[in-house]
Amino acid sequence: MKHSSFFWFVLPSTLLMLAFIAFPIVSVVSQSFYSAHEQVVVQVKNCGPFGCTMETSVDQEATAAIREAEPLGKFAGLDIYTDRNHLAFGEVAAAWVNSDGLPDFGRSLMNLPFYKALGFTLTYTAIVTPLTILLGFFVAIAVNSVAKALKGPTIFFSLLPMIVTPLVGSLILFWMVDARGILGTGLQWLTDDPNLSVKASTGLMWIMLMVYGVWHAAPFAFVVFYAGLQTVNTDTLESAMVDGATRWERIRFVVVPHLLPLVTFVALIQLMDNFRVFEPIVSFQASAHATSLSYAIYNDLGGETRLLSSAAATSVLTIIGIAILLSPVLVRTWRDFDRK
Amino acid sequence: MSSKATRQPPTIRIMATSFLVIWLLVAAFPFLWTLWGSFKVEGDFFSKANWANALFGTLTQAETGGSFTGAGYEGAWVQEEFWRAALNTTIVCVFVVTVSLTCGTLGGYALARSTHRYAFWFLLFALMFRAMPPITLVSGYLLPFFEWNLWGHLYTTVIVLVAINQPFTLWMLHSFFKNIPKDLDESAMVDGCTRFQAFRHVIIPVMWPGVITTGLFSFLLAYNDFAVTTMLLSKENQTMIPKIASFLGTTQTKGNVMFAVSAVVSATAPLFVMVMFFQRQIVSGLTAGAVKG
Repeated sequence: MKHSSFFWFVLPSTLLMLAFIAFPIVSVVSQSFYSAHEQVVVQVKNCGPFGCTMETSVDQEATAAIREAEPLGKFAGLDIYTDRNHLAFGEVAAAWVNSDGLPDFGRSLMNLPFYKALGFTLTYTAIVTPLTILLGFFVAIAVNSVAKALKGPTIFFSLLPMIVTPLVGSLILFWMVDARGILGTGLQWLTDDPNLSVKASTGLMWIMLMVYGVWHAAPFAFVVFYAGLQTVNTDTLESAMVDGATRWERIRFVVVPHLLPLVTFVALIQLMDNFRVFEPIVSFQASAHATSLSYAIYNDLGGETRLLSSAAATSVLTIIGIAILLSPVLVRTWRDFDRK
Repeated sequence: MSSKATRQPPTIRIMATSFLVIWLLVAAFPFLWTLWGSFKVEGDFFSKANWANALFGTLTQAETGGSFTGAGYEGAWVQEEFWRAALNTTIVCVFVVTVSLTCGTLGGYALARSTHRYAFWFLLFALMFRAMPPITLVSGYLLPFFEWNLWGHLYTTVIVLVAINQPFTLWMLHSFFKNIPKDLDESAMVDGCTRFQAFRHVIIPVMWPGVITTGLFSFLLAYNDFAVTTMLLSKENQTMIPKIASFLGTTQTKGNVMFAVSAVVSATAPLFVMVMFFQRQIVSGLTAGAVKG
């Protein structure tokens, strides 16, 4: 393809991506170095019948003028990154000195908003990704063995948890595990504790969020593995059987190696998606027990005062996290291309 | 499939079947339960006394006289004006799908046909953009959008969603176009067509299966989005998903959680229908593309 026709063909997409993905990234990075202007305070002498007092009040006009003139705020350098709400170097150092032993240090880290969010995000990613792959694999093997007529409906129902909007899907689960819902009641009956409430316990909330994560993502893994199973070479399976391989050995040495490239693919997609876990935390109203990096940004942006700079700094840190997570894949894709 | 190697002993067969039944229950039961419960009153849906009330609607009978009530739907659609949100969602989805497919087919076609190195870099950058959580980008939009008075309108959200969808759309369409033989458009060009004419007369007629599959995923991304729509739309322009989220804040205190439940069921219904009709395309899209929405 000629350079010029390539250029015209990709122009619309390129413009869109530059304006709404590349430019916002630049904008986020620059915003994270500025902090909002403080309000302009003026001293006013207030004289009444009982003498004069000095009063301080906010000069709304001057504040608005200054904010109008420099919408980014005043330059703060790396201050926002190091403050208590982000990397919190000071607090971490203090916690390191004051804590006795690593567990104690971990506990004080989890009291800092950024580390709390990072801790949950990483735990969630590390636990949900392998469980999704396992569950998806078993469902694929099970679906593969049912009668052909049943396959359509089975796949239909299996797809639902993934297709349904994350916010909606997690709300549905949340209502069911409510202390007055069917699963909540079931849990209370199982544990014989009438006061058990998922909403009130940090541990249970984490487990619930991860259960939701696996439930939501397993269909994707299932579909990919199921498609992979259709292409397993029956000749190889049969010759393995002739050679005396047991059923387990056939799965272990023929099926699993065949699916292995798919596992890397699913793992990559899941890592990216789980790292941005966000909607279930909103639905479960779990912010007291678990926050993620995405939720921290959302929290800063919402509400009365939009903390743009704080959100920007968290965004930059999240992007760095994703870059680290993705770098092995990018390097591999690049090498693959070079080999071609 | 009738090969001896794939035949299973009965014990394994029973194990696999029972595992599958459990999985299907886990996957489908929450939806059926919520659908059923949305026609009850709150006292039944969240039953303190007995969970079976939600099944038989004891309180619903006492309060309304029938076993089913549409009060939740009426409250959500009429009183809370959920129809407006549904309309907004329709507008957003239609425009997002059309615009992103238009840009995506052009770009995807060029990327599939170009053999130059920069096409590969283009795709690599798209992959990196695909990994960006939308909410990190949103924090970059807010300030400029406020400054330029773009915030709150539907068309801003449409453009933003199209842009966020673009990397995924490009990857997917790129892999679909790769499967269309090169000779097709090249022979048209030998016959004197320009590149665009070849695309217009030869490629467009044969590209629809791939485009439909990609369109489904674009639709899902626009329909399911929460991060962008909740931050960039003003209250009267809200789409369904942020509207449901706002029900949680305001109406739960008033005891109208059933509004949210019926809104949730209403928002899920179109997705059910979509999966029913396009199951094959969704499955092929999930496996064919190197990316997922």
